[in-house]
Amino acid sequence: MSNAQGIGAAVKRKEDRRFLVGKGQYTDDVTLPNQSYAVFVRSPYGHAKVNGVDAKAALAAPGVLAVLTGADVAADGLGGIPCGWLVKSKDGSPMVEPPHPALAQGKVRHVGDPVAMVIASTKAAAKAAAALVEVDYEPLPAVGLLANAIVPGAPQVWDEAPGNVCFDWHIGDPATTDAAFAKAAHVVELDLVNNRVAPNPMEPRAANGNFDGANDQYTLYTTSQNPHLTRLLLAAFTLKVPEHKLRVIAPDVGGGFGSKIFHYAEELLVLWASRRVGRPVKWTSDRMEAFQTDAHGRDHISNAKLALDASGKFLGLRVHTYAAMGAYLSTFAPAVPTYLYATLLSGPYDFPAIYAEVKAIFTNTVAVDAYRGAGRPEATYLLERLVEKAARQLGMDRVELRRKNLIRADQFPYQTQVALQYDIGDYQATLDLALKEANYAGYAARAAASQANGKLRGFGMSTYIEACGIAPSALVGALGARAGLYEAANVRVHPTGSVTVFTGTHSHGQGHETTFAQLIADRLGVSTDQVEVVHGDTDRIPFGMGTYGSRSASVGGSAIVKALDKIVDKGKKIAAHLLEASVADIEFKDGQYRVVGTDRVKAFGEVAFAAYVPHNYPIETVEPGLEESAFYDPKNFTFPGGTHLVEVEIDPDTGVVEVASVTIADDVGVIINPMIVDGQAHGGLAQGIGQALLEEAVYDAEGQLTNGTYMGYCMPRAADLPNFKVGNHVTACTHNPLGIKGVGEVGAIGVPPAVINAVLDALAPLGVTDISMPATPEKVWRAIQAAKAGKGA
Amino acid sequence: MPKLTLSVNGQPRTIDCANATLLVEALREHLGLTGTHVGCDSSQCGACTVHVDGRSVKSCTMLAVEAEGAAITTIEGLATGGALHPMQAAFKEHHGLQCGFCTPGMVMSACDLAARNAAPSEGEVRQWLEGNLCRCTGYHNIVKAVRAGAGDMNGGK
Repeated sequence: MSNAQGIGAAVKRKEDRRFLVGKGQYTDDVTLPNQSYAVFVRSPYGHAKVNGVDAKAALAAPGVLAVLTGADVAADGLGGIPCGWLVKSKDGSPMVEPPHPALAQGKVRHVGDPVAMVIASTKAAAKAAAALVEVDYEPLPAVGLLANAIVPGAPQVWDEAPGNVCFDWHIGDPATTDAAFAKAAHVVELDLVNNRVAPNPMEPRAANGNFDGANDQYTLYTTSQNPHLTRLLLAAFTLKVPEHKLRVIAPDVGGGFGSKIFHYAEELLVLWASRRVGRPVKWTSDRMEAFQTDAHGRDHISNAKLALDASGKFLGLRVHTYAAMGAYLSTFAPAVPTYLYATLLSGPYDFPAIYAEVKAIFTNTVAVDAYRGAGRPEATYLLERLVEKAARQLGMDRVELRRKNLIRADQFPYQTQVALQYDIGDYQATLDLALKEANYAGYAARAAASQANGKLRGFGMSTYIEACGIAPSALVGALGARAGLYEAANVRVHPTGSVTVFTGTHSHGQGHETTFAQLIADRLGVSTDQVEVVHGDTDRIPFGMGTYGSRSASVGGSAIVKALDKIVDKGKKIAAHLLEASVADIEFKDGQYRVVGTDRVKAFGEVAFAAYVPHNYPIETVEPGLEESAFYDPKNFTFPGGTHLVEVEIDPDTGVVEVASVTIADDVGVIINPMIVDGQAHGGLAQGIGQALLEEAVYDAEGQLTNGTYMGYCMPRAADLPNFKVGNHVTACTHNPLGIKGVGEVGAIGVPPAVINAVLDALAPLGVTDISMPATPEKVWRAIQAAKAGKGA
Repeated sequence: MPKLTLSVNGQPRTIDCANATLLVEALREHLGLTGTHVGCDSSQCGACTVHVDGRSVKSCTMLAVEAEGAAITTIEGLATGGALHPMQAAFKEHHGLQCGFCTPGMVMSACDLAARNAAPSEGEVRQWLEGNLCRCTGYHNIVKAVRAGAGDMNGGK
């Protein structure tokens, strides 16, 4: 480290102060002059015809400015909400891509589907008037559950999607996989459900749209993880005004976890409504609305078969998955159960053959799209439950079975049977580190102690891999992405040597203002206090694809590094002139340009000043100023991986599962700020444990969301979780300049199967062989009772 | 419309608001104190926690008119001068916040705990925070921060 605040330093966060003193600026905190407020009238049915909307009483209510419906949306020519990824079926046909009008036209297809928008001068007036809007619904047969949607004769969400199939896709080689199973000594089979969860960032979504008619200019404040993508979709598809007339600002955003990636109808509607009523229009979701309208995550039903030889070596894997899409295709929905799920099914293992089929299915529910991990948790859960079952079925040690099949460190780069090529990793090292840190050797004694206390103790593990920084653009384009997946950065060195960095990534908790400042500090030798990181405003930042898929440091950081390289190179030319030396003889180190091998130096600040006050300057060959931009398009995904170990203690009388310990060892590549990296791991673990033990968004057969409040949906609370033991073993990513892989999602990906494997390990002596997520006390207690009854019979 | 008189962060304030106005709405919309957040509609998340006469209260669960004559402290009123309050400083020191949305409520709730219990155990902190949801941190660093902040508030520095 060339700087005590540079790469590797646990620098305290620059952004903390404003949050701690209550001066964060979230979208709902922005109130514009002459502000008006929108409230939506939403479908209470999973599926219904809308025969009419009577807004007369609402329009007559005090303070009401307008009531807008699907007919107005159609009359004004607003575009439908587009899907950003086209997946083709096995037979080459494109996925069924139904229309998604911003306000319902003729039919509603999930609870929460917006039917009318009421705009009033106060939020209370809008709310009161919304209750006066009379919608004539004619309920239709609905299908709220994935399991029901795939049954012949199920109600149809879309006429154009027979059997509710959006696409029927596959990957891998069926013939080699069949051959692998034909010669297998053992076949292990598992049916699995990956439970539907709601992302639940603590800040509900909000949008504030302002149309400035005098300048024909639109401004949108929105809770977005990627304001440029929102602007692109608004410009090209929905609002249909050009980018230069459209400014999207995502100010402080209170968590996202995927759910704020997507372009939502409300973002379009507040801008459009502002044009209609001539005032800024603000909408803020309440929590119940968030449950009904934020895209959910997971919701898979799978069958998996693992073929092994007599020694326990993996020969092949065959997977069939049904993945719920919800009623409409959200921005990245089709990519999640395909390119972010099935391509990960080799895990960290050396598999000679894999074949996976994925059917995407419409249901009368809110959309399912990327949620922390997005596809990779589903792949990891399937694989690690299956491997654990194999160990039990074959009577092999769970650690040794994994160790035997892990890709060895000398096998990289490793080409999987499902398209990905892993550049580097050391899965044995993270396995060893985790086992050591968890004192695995002492487990038997801990289990005995639990037993002595009348508790059942279980140990569970998962060895996992994930893929971050989805790229390169040309590849994802060939796979159906309708956007590029590069990142942009602009580095502006000011005349007195301080620096402003404009990044196309977006921070909504990840600490970019600190991490990227450290990058600048490291490269330019300045203090992090001299660096300002700007994000979240399309008028200030050249371009960007935003933050998701753990891409900010590996992709966004690399773009910053490219821009910094240009700054340093330009500075060399200026320094060479000032030092009367040849450019080839100038080196830059620790914030100084030096004539190699001499004590002749110019500080970075002096060079910056010369660039802006070019009195003594190589003006014929070098432009004044010191500001550079760069775009970075990665060569490949990055591949973090590791081992997660969980111990649980179960009270057999109540079924309550206590998470006794969580020990993880990850390889997330080079770490800029270990404090922030550990914090990211902690948050992911909490969401992963939440999915495993507490959380499920439960629709009933008719598409009613039965637990869409915090009274019904069990969010992890402080007392539900233990402290986490987090370790790292670094192998540097080989294809980006920083060697970074990504950490945002590892916890949510690795830990759910480790939790369930631990629960099953604890219950195994009773004869329990399966339990589904979330393993609630009721479910565990029933499993114990059923096992006891079975044994007694 | 009732006229409400109360003290907010040490300043006497008068607010004209409807009977149905919640305390959090009065703070955010009438006084512009947007540091107090609304994260749910069922008094579960605690992002709106403020102090009413020194005790932590979920301001989404109290009518503004119920605060007549009360002394309210919000997150904006915690720090004095330029320095962070010890609990705020502890959250920064221990990385007890990420997106910052739950943070004001967490800090206000933690201060109330520290006033009642100078040296809370890990378990006591976790139990106390049952009314405050955080989706970012997994609580690990919040628990550390609250214990450290309680110590600092009670002269442990």
